[in-house]
Amino acid sequence: MRTLDALIVESPVFEGLDQDQLELIAGCASNTVFAAGERLFREGDQADTFFLLRHGLVALDAYVPNRGQLTVETVGPGEIVGWSWLLPPHRWHFTGRAVELVRAVQFDGACLRKKCDEDPLLGYDLLTRFAQVLVSRLQATRLQLMDVYGDKHD
Amino acid sequence: MATSTTEPVAALRGSMTPLPYRVARRRRENHDNWTLELEPVEDAIEPIAPGQFTMLYAFGVGEVPISTSGDIEASGTTLVHTIRAVGAVTKALCAAGPGDVLGVRGPFGNTWPIEAAHARDLVLVGGGVGLPPLRPAIYHALAHRSEFGKLVVLYGGRTPEDLLFRKELERWRGRLDMDVEVSVDSAGSGWNGNVGVVTKLIPAAPFDADDAVAFVVGPEIMMRFTARALIDRGLPPERIWISMERTMRCGVGLCGHCQLGPTLICRDGPVYRWDELESLLGVHEL
Repeated sequence: MRTLDALIVESPVFEGLDQDQLELIAGCASNTVFAAGERLFREGDQADTFFLLRHGLVALDAYVPNRGQLTVETVGPGEIVGWSWLLPPHRWHFTGRAVELVRAVQFDGACLRKKCDEDPLLGYDLLTRFAQVLVSRLQATRLQLMDVYGDKHD
Repeated sequence: MATSTTEPVAALRGSMTPLPYRVARRRRENHDNWTLELEPVEDAIEPIAPGQFTMLYAFGVGEVPISTSGDIEASGTTLVHTIRAVGAVTKALCAAGPGDVLGVRGPFGNTWPIEAAHARDLVLVGGGVGLPPLRPAIYHALAHRSEFGKLVVLYGGRTPEDLLFRKELERWRGRLDMDVEVSVDSAGSGWNGNVGVVTKLIPAAPFDADDAVAFVVGPEIMMRFTARALIDRGLPPERIWISMERTMRCGVGLCGHCQLGPTLICRDGPVYRWDELESLLGVHEL
Protein backbone atom coordinates (compact mmCIF):
# COMPACT_ATOMS: atom_id res chain seq x y z
CA MET A 1 0.00 0.00 0.00
CA ARG A 2 1.36 3.39 -1.00
CA THR A 3 1.92 6.02 1.66
CA LEU A 4 0.25 9.40 1.70
CA ASP A 5 3.58 10.96 0.72
CA ALA A 6 3.74 8.81 -2.39
CA LEU A 7 0.11 9.51 -3.35
CA ILE A 8 0.66 13.26 -3.00
CA VAL A 9 3.93 13.54 -4.85
CA GLU A 10 2.64 11.40 -7.75
CA SER A 11 0.03 14.01 -8.62
CA PRO A 12 0.97 16.62 -11.24
CA VAL A 13 0.04 19.43 -8.84
CA PHE A 14 2.54 18.41 -6.19
CA GLU A 15 5.21 17.01 -8.49
CA GLY A 16 8.74 18.00 -7.46
CA LEU A 17 8.00 18.95 -3.86
CA ASP A 18 11.09 18.52 -1.68
CA GLN A 19 10.93 16.01 1.16
CA ASP A 20 10.53 18.59 3.93
CA GLN A 21 7.65 20.31 2.18
CA LEU A 22 6.06 16.97 1.38
CA GLU A 23 6.16 15.93 5.02
CA LEU A 24 4.62 19.24 6.09
CA ILE A 25 1.79 18.85 3.59
CA ALA A 26 1.24 15.16 4.27
CA GLY A 27 0.90 16.04 7.95
CA CYS A 28 -2.35 17.81 7.06
CA ALA A 29 -3.67 14.99 4.83
CA SER A 30 -5.70 11.82 5.19
CA ASN A 31 -7.29 9.26 2.88
CA THR A 32 -11.01 9.42 2.31
CA VAL A 33 -13.71 7.66 0.29
CA PHE A 34 -17.10 8.88 -0.96
CA ALA A 35 -19.86 6.67 -2.33
CA ALA A 36 -21.57 7.58 -5.61
CA GLY A 37 -23.99 10.43 -5.01
CA GLU A 38 -22.43 11.47 -1.71
CA ARG A 39 -21.60 15.17 -1.21
CA LEU A 40 -18.01 16.16 -0.55
CA PHE A 41 -19.08 19.71 0.35
CA ARG A 42 -22.03 22.02 -0.06
CA GLU A 43 -22.23 25.49 -1.64
CA GLY A 44 -21.97 28.21 1.01
CA ASP A 45 -20.53 25.98 3.72
CA GLN A 46 -17.22 26.72 5.43
CA ALA A 47 -14.35 25.67 3.14
CA ASP A 48 -11.48 24.40 5.26
CA THR A 49 -10.51 21.49 3.11
CA PHE A 50 -9.55 20.41 -0.41
CA PHE A 51 -9.13 17.10 -2.18
CA LEU A 52 -6.61 15.42 -4.44
CA LEU A 53 -8.62 12.87 -6.43
CA ARG A 54 -7.13 9.42 -6.80
CA HIS A 55 -10.11 7.66 -8.38
CA GLY A 56 -13.54 8.64 -9.64
CA LEU A 57 -15.25 11.76 -10.84
CA VAL A 58 -16.48 14.72 -8.77
CA ALA A 59 -19.16 17.03 -10.18
CA LEU A 60 -19.26 20.69 -9.20
CA ASP A 61 -22.96 21.52 -9.04
CA ALA A 62 -24.95 24.69 -8.68
CA TYR A 63 -28.66 24.95 -8.03
CA VAL A 64 -30.32 27.20 -10.59
CA PRO A 65 -33.93 28.25 -9.86
CA ASN A 66 -36.37 26.79 -12.38
CA ARG A 67 -33.58 24.66 -13.90
CA GLY A 68 -32.61 22.51 -10.95
CA GLN A 69 -29.16 21.18 -10.21
CA LEU A 70 -26.66 21.95 -12.99
CA THR A 71 -23.17 20.50 -13.26
CA VAL A 72 -20.71 23.19 -14.34
CA GLU A 73 -17.60 21.04 -14.34
CA THR A 74 -16.31 17.60 -13.44
CA VAL A 75 -12.90 16.88 -11.97
CA GLY A 76 -11.10 13.58 -12.33
CA PRO A 77 -8.15 11.53 -11.04
CA GLY A 78 -4.94 13.47 -10.44
CA GLU A 79 -6.80 16.77 -10.19
CA ILE A 80 -7.48 19.07 -7.26
CA VAL A 81 -10.98 19.86 -6.01
CA GLY A 82 -11.30 23.05 -4.01
CA TRP A 83 -9.43 26.32 -3.70
CA SER A 84 -11.89 28.17 -1.48
CA TRP A 85 -9.79 27.14 1.55
CA LEU A 86 -6.99 29.43 0.29
CA LEU A 87 -8.73 32.78 0.29
CA PRO A 88 -11.25 34.49 2.56
CA PRO A 89 -14.12 34.16 3.16
CA HIS A 90 -13.36 30.40 2.90
CA ARG A 91 -16.81 29.41 1.64
CA TRP A 92 -17.54 26.80 -1.03
CA HIS A 93 -18.77 28.35 -4.26
CA PHE A 94 -20.27 25.13 -5.59
CA THR A 95 -21.49 21.81 -4.27
CA GLY A 96 -19.13 18.88 -4.76
CA ARG A 97 -20.81 15.55 -5.53
CA ALA A 98 -19.25 12.15 -6.12
CA VAL A 99 -20.52 11.01 -9.53
CA GLU A 100 -19.15 7.54 -8.84
CA LEU A 101 -17.06 5.97 -6.09
CA VAL A 102 -14.39 8.53 -5.24
CA ARG A 103 -11.11 7.88 -3.48
CA ALA A 104 -9.20 10.98 -2.54
CA VAL A 105 -6.55 12.47 -0.32
CA GLN A 106 -8.28 15.06 1.83
CA PHE A 107 -6.29 18.05 3.10
CA ASP A 108 -7.05 20.13 6.17
CA GLY A 109 -6.91 23.64 4.70
CA ALA A 110 -6.84 25.39 8.07
CA CYS A 111 -3.82 23.25 9.08
CA LEU A 112 -2.07 24.08 5.80
CA ARG A 113 -2.83 27.80 6.05
CA LYS A 114 -1.22 27.81 9.49
CA LYS A 115 1.90 26.05 8.14
CA CYS A 116 2.05 28.48 5.22
CA ASP A 117 1.88 31.45 7.63
CA GLU A 118 4.78 29.95 9.56
CA ASP A 119 6.80 29.04 6.45
CA PRO A 120 6.38 31.68 3.69
CA LEU A 121 8.52 29.63 1.27
CA LEU A 122 6.08 26.76 1.57
CA GLY A 123 3.21 29.25 1.24
CA TYR A 124 4.70 30.73 -1.95
CA ASP A 125 5.31 27.31 -3.43
CA LEU A 126 1.77 26.13 -2.69
CA LEU A 127 0.23 29.34 -3.96
CA THR A 128 2.18 29.03 -7.22
CA ARG A 129 0.96 25.47 -7.67
CA PHE A 130 -2.64 26.42 -6.96
CA ALA A 131 -2.38 29.43 -9.27
CA GLN A 132 -1.56 27.00 -12.10
CA VAL A 133 -4.63 24.96 -11.24
CA LEU A 134 -6.73 28.13 -11.17
CA VAL A 135 -5.38 29.33 -14.52
CA SER A 136 -6.10 26.03 -16.24
CA ARG A 137 -9.64 26.01 -14.80
CA LEU A 138 -10.11 29.62 -15.90
CA GLN A 139 -9.01 28.78 -19.44
CA ALA A 140 -11.36 25.81 -19.55
CA THR A 141 -14.19 28.02 -18.30
CA ARG A 142 -13.42 30.60 -20.98
CA LEU A 143 -13.68 27.89 -23.62
CA GLN A 144 -17.02 26.83 -22.18
CA LEU A 145 -18.18 30.44 -22.35
CA MET A 146 -17.07 30.68 -25.99
CA ASP A 147 -19.44 27.85 -26.81
CA VAL A 148 -16.85 26.23 -29.05
CA TYR A 149 -19.30 23.69 -30.50
CA GLY A 150 -21.82 26.30 -31.57
CA ASP A 151 -22.22 28.00 -34.88
CA LYS A 152 -23.60 31.27 -36.10
CA HIS A 153 -26.85 29.70 -37.29
CA ASP A 154 -28.03 28.82 -33.78
CA MET B 1 -4.64 16.18 -79.96
CA ALA B 2 -8.41 16.42 -79.61
CA THR B 3 -8.56 13.88 -76.81
CA SER B 4 -6.15 15.86 -74.63
CA THR B 5 -8.66 18.72 -74.41
CA THR B 6 -11.97 16.90 -74.49
CA GLU B 7 -11.17 14.32 -71.82
CA PRO B 8 -10.63 16.83 -68.99
CA VAL B 9 -13.75 18.70 -70.08
CA ALA B 10 -15.75 15.49 -70.09
CA ALA B 11 -14.38 14.58 -66.66
CA LEU B 12 -15.28 18.00 -65.34
CA ARG B 13 -18.78 17.76 -66.78
CA GLY B 14 -19.13 14.42 -65.05
CA SER B 15 -18.06 15.82 -61.73
CA MET B 16 -20.58 18.65 -62.11
CA THR B 17 -23.54 16.40 -62.94
CA PRO B 18 -25.45 15.01 -59.96
CA LEU B 19 -26.36 11.36 -60.02
CA PRO B 20 -29.79 10.43 -58.65
CA TYR B 21 -29.77 8.59 -55.32
CA ARG B 22 -32.82 7.37 -53.47
CA VAL B 23 -33.21 7.77 -49.71
CA ALA B 24 -33.29 4.22 -48.36
CA ARG B 25 -33.38 5.05 -44.65
CA ARG B 26 -33.52 8.15 -42.49
CA ARG B 27 -32.64 8.19 -38.79
CA ARG B 28 -32.96 11.05 -36.35
CA GLU B 29 -29.74 11.46 -34.33
CA ASN B 30 -30.83 14.33 -32.08
CA HIS B 31 -33.05 17.40 -32.21
CA ASP B 32 -31.54 18.78 -35.42
CA ASN B 33 -29.34 16.07 -36.96
CA TRP B 34 -30.44 13.29 -39.28
CA THR B 35 -28.59 10.43 -40.93
CA LEU B 36 -29.58 9.53 -44.48
CA GLU B 37 -28.68 6.30 -46.24
CA LEU B 38 -28.71 6.83 -49.99
CA GLU B 39 -28.76 4.16 -52.68
CA PRO B 40 -27.99 4.85 -56.34
CA VAL B 41 -31.00 4.87 -58.64
CA GLU B 42 -28.77 3.70 -61.50
CA ASP B 43 -25.06 4.56 -61.65
CA ALA B 44 -23.11 5.05 -58.44
CA ILE B 45 -20.40 7.62 -57.82
CA GLU B 46 -16.83 6.39 -57.42
CA PRO B 47 -16.16 4.75 -54.02
CA ILE B 48 -15.86 7.29 -51.23
CA ALA B 49 -13.11 7.16 -48.59
CA PRO B 50 -12.93 8.29 -44.93
CA GLY B 51 -12.54 12.07 -44.81
CA GLN B 52 -14.11 12.76 -48.21
CA PHE B 53 -17.41 14.50 -48.90
CA THR B 54 -20.07 14.66 -51.56
CA MET B 55 -22.21 17.53 -52.79
CA LEU B 56 -25.79 16.63 -51.89
CA TYR B 57 -28.47 18.27 -53.99
CA ALA B 58 -32.02 18.84 -52.80
CA PHE B 59 -33.61 19.43 -56.20
CA GLY B 60 -35.05 22.90 -56.56
CA VAL B 61 -33.48 24.09 -53.32
CA GLY B 62 -29.70 23.81 -53.57
CA GLU B 63 -26.54 21.87 -52.94
CA VAL B 64 -24.27 21.51 -49.89
CA PRO B 65 -21.08 19.59 -49.09
CA ILE B 66 -21.61 16.79 -46.58
CA SER B 67 -18.95 14.41 -45.25
CA THR B 68 -19.44 10.70 -45.37
CA SER B 69 -20.28 9.40 -41.90
CA GLY B 70 -20.81 5.69 -42.40
CA ASP B 71 -18.97 2.40 -42.31
CA ILE B 72 -17.64 2.59 -45.85
CA GLU B 73 -16.32 -0.96 -46.09
CA ALA B 74 -19.67 -2.36 -45.00
CA SER B 75 -21.86 -0.02 -47.02
CA GLY B 76 -21.09 -0.98 -50.62
CA THR B 77 -22.58 1.63 -52.92
CA THR B 78 -24.83 2.98 -50.17
CA LEU B 79 -23.80 6.45 -49.02
CA VAL B 80 -24.26 7.45 -45.39
CA HIS B 81 -24.40 11.14 -44.52
CA THR B 82 -25.27 12.83 -41.23
CA ILE B 83 -26.75 16.27 -41.77
CA ARG B 84 -27.59 19.10 -39.43
CA ALA B 85 -30.83 20.84 -40.39
CA VAL B 86 -29.66 24.41 -40.12
CA GLY B 87 -30.28 26.19 -43.45
CA ALA B 88 -32.73 25.92 -46.35
CA VAL B 89 -30.81 23.17 -48.17
CA THR B 90 -29.93 21.06 -45.15
CA LYS B 91 -33.51 21.34 -43.88
CA ALA B 92 -34.76 20.11 -47.26
CA LEU B 93 -32.25 17.23 -47.19
CA CYS B 94 -33.24 16.24 -43.65
CA ALA B 95 -36.90 16.33 -44.63
CA ALA B 96 -36.31 13.82 -47.43
CA GLY B 97 -37.85 10.50 -46.51
CA PRO B 98 -37.47 6.95 -47.83
CA GLY B 99 -38.15 6.87 -51.56
CA ASP B 100 -37.28 10.50 -52.18
CA VAL B 101 -34.56 11.18 -54.74
CA LEU B 102 -31.60 13.49 -54.14
CA GLY B 103 -28.66 14.41 -56.35
CA VAL B 104 -25.13 13.38 -55.47
CA ARG B 105 -21.81 14.62 -56.90
CA GLY B 106 -18.43 13.43 -55.82
CA PRO B 107 -16.64 12.05 -53.98
CA PHE B 108 -14.52 15.14 -53.43
CA GLY B 109 -11.55 16.10 -51.32
CA ASN B 110 -8.66 14.21 -49.82
CA THR B 111 -8.85 11.50 -47.18
CA TRP B 112 -7.77 10.96 -43.58
CA PRO B 113 -4.10 9.84 -43.69
CA ILE B 114 -4.92 6.56 -42.00
CA GLU B 115 -1.63 5.03 -43.13
CA ALA B 116 0.20 7.60 -40.97
CA ALA B 117 -1.44 6.01 -37.92
CA HIS B 118 -0.41 2.47 -38.71
CA ALA B 119 1.41 0.92 -35.74
CA ARG B 120 0.74 4.10 -33.76
CA ASP B 121 -1.91 5.18 -31.28
CA LEU B 122 -4.81 6.82 -33.09
CA VAL B 123 -6.56 9.67 -31.28
CA LEU B 124 -9.77 11.04 -32.75
CA VAL B 125 -11.17 14.24 -31.27
CA GLY B 126 -14.60 15.48 -32.32
CA GLY B 127 -16.55 18.51 -31.22
CA GLY B 128 -20.28 19.03 -31.82
CA VAL B 129 -21.12 17.97 -35.37
CA GLY B 130 -17.46 17.08 -35.89
CA LEU B 131 -18.01 13.44 -34.98
CA PRO B 132 -19.66 12.31 -38.26
CA PRO B 133 -16.56 13.00 -40.44
CA LEU B 134 -14.45 10.99 -37.97
CA ARG B 135 -16.82 8.05 -37.86
CA PRO B 136 -15.61 6.35 -41.08
CA ALA B 137 -12.04 6.50 -39.73
CA ILE B 138 -13.21 4.93 -36.47
CA TYR B 139 -14.98 2.13 -38.35
CA HIS B 140 -11.87 1.60 -40.45
CA ALA B 141 -9.63 1.39 -37.40
CA LEU B 142 -12.01 -1.08 -35.74
CA ALA B 143 -12.16 -3.21 -38.88
CA HIS B 144 -8.35 -3.29 -39.04
CA ARG B 145 -7.76 -3.14 -35.29
CA SER B 146 -4.44 -4.98 -35.25
CA GLU B 147 -2.84 -2.36 -37.52
CA PHE B 148 -3.07 0.34 -34.86
CA GLY B 149 -1.91 0.91 -31.32
CA LYS B 150 -4.41 2.35 -28.89
CA LEU B 151 -7.62 3.71 -30.33
CA VAL B 152 -8.92 6.73 -28.42
CA VAL B 153 -12.08 8.68 -29.21
CA LEU B 154 -12.68 11.98 -27.39
CA TYR B 155 -15.97 13.74 -28.08
CA GLY B 156 -17.37 16.99 -26.76
CA GLY B 157 -20.82 18.51 -27.09
CA ARG B 158 -22.83 21.32 -25.59
CA THR B 159 -25.25 19.19 -23.60
CA PRO B 160 -26.10 15.48 -23.37
CA GLU B 161 -29.07 16.14 -25.67
CA ASP B 162 -26.75 17.49 -28.38
CA LEU B 163 -24.55 14.40 -28.56
CA LEU B 164 -24.59 12.41 -31.78
CA PHE B 165 -24.52 8.61 -32.07
CA ARG B 166 -24.95 8.25 -28.33
CA LYS B 167 -25.87 4.54 -28.38
CA GLU B 168 -22.92 3.83 -30.62
CA LEU B 169 -20.59 5.76 -28.31
CA GLU B 170 -21.88 3.69 -25.38
CA ARG B 171 -21.31 0.50 -27.35
CA TRP B 172 -17.77 1.56 -28.28
CA ARG B 173 -17.11 2.54 -24.70
CA GLY B 174 -17.93 -1.02 -23.65
CA ARG B 175 -15.27 -2.49 -25.93
CA LEU B 176 -11.97 -3.65 -24.49
CA ASP B 177 -9.90 -2.51 -27.45
CA MET B 178 -10.73 1.19 -27.52
CA ASP B 179 -11.16 4.12 -25.14
CA VAL B 180 -14.03 6.55 -25.47
CA GLU B 181 -14.47 9.67 -23.36
CA VAL B 182 -17.31 12.13 -23.77
CA SER B 183 -17.69 15.54 -22.20
CA VAL B 184 -20.41 18.18 -22.35
CA ASP B 185 -20.30 21.88 -21.53
CA SER B 186 -23.23 21.72 -19.14
CA ALA B 187 -25.55 19.06 -17.84
CA GLY B 188 -28.44 18.45 -15.50
CA SER B 189 -28.60 15.89 -12.74
CA GLY B 190 -29.25 12.96 -15.09
CA TRP B 191 -25.76 13.09 -16.61
CA ASN B 192 -23.05 11.02 -14.94
CA GLY B 193 -20.24 11.79 -17.36
CA ASN B 194 -17.60 14.49 -17.77
CA VAL B 195 -18.52 18.17 -17.82
CA GLY B 196 -16.08 20.61 -19.40
CA VAL B 197 -14.67 21.31 -22.85
CA VAL B 198 -13.27 18.39 -24.81
CA THR B 199 -9.71 19.71 -24.43
CA LYS B 200 -9.91 18.83 -20.72
CA LEU B 201 -9.98 15.15 -21.69
CA ILE B 202 -6.63 15.29 -23.46
CA PRO B 203 -4.15 15.38 -20.52
CA ALA B 204 -5.43 12.10 -19.06
CA ALA B 205 -6.34 10.32 -22.30
CA PRO B 206 -4.59 6.94 -22.57
CA PHE B 207 -2.23 7.39 -25.53
CA ASP B 208 1.50 7.69 -25.97
CA ALA B 209 2.13 11.19 -27.35
CA ASP B 210 5.55 10.11 -28.62
CA ASP B 211 3.94 7.58 -30.89
CA ALA B 212 0.45 8.83 -31.70
CA VAL B 213 -1.46 10.47 -34.52
CA ALA B 214 -4.52 12.68 -34.02
CA PHE B 215 -7.45 13.51 -36.29
CA VAL B 216 -9.54 16.47 -35.13
CA VAL B 217 -12.89 17.76 -36.40
CA GLY B 218 -15.13 20.49 -35.09
CA PRO B 219 -15.64 24.22 -35.31
CA GLU B 220 -12.37 26.02 -36.09
CA ILE B 221 -12.00 27.49 -32.62
CA MET B 222 -12.44 24.06 -31.05
CA MET B 223 -9.81 22.60 -33.40
CA ARG B 224 -7.36 25.39 -32.55
CA PHE B 225 -7.59 24.78 -28.83
CA THR B 226 -7.60 21.02 -29.28
CA ALA B 227 -4.42 21.17 -31.37
CA ARG B 228 -2.78 23.30 -28.68
CA ALA B 229 -3.80 20.83 -25.98
CA LEU B 230 -2.45 17.91 -28.04
CA ILE B 231 0.84 19.75 -28.56
CA ASP B 232 0.99 20.53 -24.82
CA ARG B 233 0.56 16.80 -24.25
CA GLY B 234 3.64 16.21 -26.43
CA LEU B 235 2.18 15.39 -29.84
CA PRO B 236 4.22 16.99 -32.66
CA PRO B 237 2.20 19.39 -34.87
CA GLU B 238 3.04 17.32 -37.94
CA ARG B 239 1.12 14.36 -36.48
CA ILE B 240 -2.11 16.31 -36.00
CA TRP B 241 -4.63 16.51 -38.85
CA ILE B 242 -7.80 18.58 -38.95
CA SER B 243 -10.74 18.64 -41.34
CA MET B 244 -11.79 22.08 -42.53
CA GLU B 245 -15.20 23.34 -43.51
CA ARG B 246 -15.98 26.39 -45.62
CA THR B 247 -18.81 27.35 -47.93
CA MET B 248 -18.38 25.24 -51.05
CA ARG B 249 -20.16 25.47 -54.35
CA CYS B 250 -18.44 23.55 -57.12
CA GLY B 251 -16.46 20.97 -55.15
CA VAL B 252 -13.72 20.84 -57.78
CA GLY B 253 -11.67 23.98 -57.20
CA LEU B 254 -13.23 26.20 -59.87
CA CYS B 255 -15.49 28.66 -58.09
CA GLY B 256 -13.17 29.77 -55.28
CA HIS B 257 -15.87 29.96 -52.60
CA CYS B 258 -13.86 27.75 -50.25
CA GLN B 259 -10.57 29.58 -50.67
CA LEU B 260 -8.47 29.92 -47.54
CA GLY B 261 -5.40 31.94 -48.43
CA PRO B 262 -3.40 29.93 -50.95
CA THR B 263 -5.52 26.79 -50.64
CA LEU B 264 -8.92 25.69 -51.92
CA ILE B 265 -10.47 23.44 -49.33
CA CYS B 266 -12.61 21.40 -51.73
CA ARG B 267 -9.60 20.66 -53.95
CA ASP B 268 -6.62 20.55 -51.54
CA GLY B 269 -8.51 19.57 -48.38
CA PRO B 270 -10.65 19.18 -46.41
CA VAL B 271 -8.01 17.30 -44.41
CA TYR B 272 -4.87 19.30 -43.57
CA ARG B 273 -1.86 18.77 -41.39
CA TRP B 274 -1.97 21.19 -38.47
CA ASP B 275 1.44 22.74 -39.10
CA GLU B 276 0.46 23.49 -42.70
CA LEU B 277 -2.67 25.39 -41.77
CA GLU B 278 -2.09 26.85 -38.31
CA SER B 279 -0.78 30.22 -39.52
CA LEU B 280 -3.77 30.70 -41.85
CA LEU B 281 -6.30 30.09 -39.10
CA GLY B 282 -4.85 32.97 -37.12
CA VAL B 283 -5.48 35.49 -39.92
CA HIS B 284 -8.60 37.55 -39.27
CA GLU B 285 -11.29 37.63 -41.96
CA LEU B 286 -9.44 35.07 -44.11
